Amino acid sequence: MSSEHNVTETLDVKGQSCPMPIVKTKQAIDDLEADDVLEVVATDSGSMSDVQGWAEGTDGVDLLDQVEDGDLYIHYVKKTE
Amino acid sequence: MSTDNPTTSVDDSDVEFDAAELQALRERVEELEESVADIDEADDQKKMTIVATQGSFDMAYPPLILASTAAAFGWEVVVFHTFWGLDILHEEKSQDLKLSAVGNPNMPMPNALAALPGMDAMATKMMQKKIDENGTATIEELIDLSLESGVDLQACQMTIELMEYDEDDFYDGVTTGVGAATAIQHMAESDVQLLV
Repeated sequence: MSSEHNVTETLDVKGQSCPMPIVKTKQAIDDLEADDVLEVVATDSGSMSDVQGWAEGTDGVDLLDQVEDGDLYIHYVKKTE
Repeated sequence: MSTDNPTTSVDDSDVEFDAAELQALRERVEELEESVADIDEADDQKKMTIVATQGSFDMAYPPLILASTAAAFGWEVVVFHTFWGLDILHEEKSQDLKLSAVGNPNMPMPNALAALPGMDAMATKMMQKKIDENGTATIEELIDLSLESGVDLQACQMTIELMEYDEDDFYDGVTTGVGAATAIQHMAESDVQLLV
């Protein structure tokens, strides 16, 4: 999947539903360095609202973009600190 | 907060400090700065306490989902399991939690039918299948995830004794030896308190 974001790592949570996309995103972000960008590929439509809410309520992350692509919901999260 | 280094010389001022006084003042300022930083940090740290009292298959999910999600937000989370909620943490019983078909208005069958033998097992199987198809995590997965992400899963000591369970019956990492007073203390410190 190509994107204008400089993706460091991709997390595949296709087929998983709440709360897995968020919990796995958090774990993946913890393993990254500052300025890295995580691409999260989900099929859970609730992840659009959930990832946004999580990014707003969590220190050290910045939601760069969310893309809907057919059945896929793709989120770009940057680790800021 | 100023980052300027204070000058050691105060000769040109009317007030004079001797070196010891100045040192004491500096130490006091450092102490205060540290305690302000602690307060700022503590204010930032959100905390949630959930009291889980139900042990049916469906009611095991909400506290675990909320707990693991709050932990993903970086919150400090305590789930106090009491009465039937204790079965969620019981390694053996948690594998065999049942959905109740009787008295459940969401079941597509009348109570008279739901009360027949084997109906709870059937309803539970149906729900398990749906959960699997939907990609929803299992109870065991959610417990593992919660513990991994630092959620404090607590088993009420009084209920352990009431149900004649053993402390070894619970998942590794579960906190035992706690009671209502501990739960109250956590609730008082929490931003969010839920009874499930």
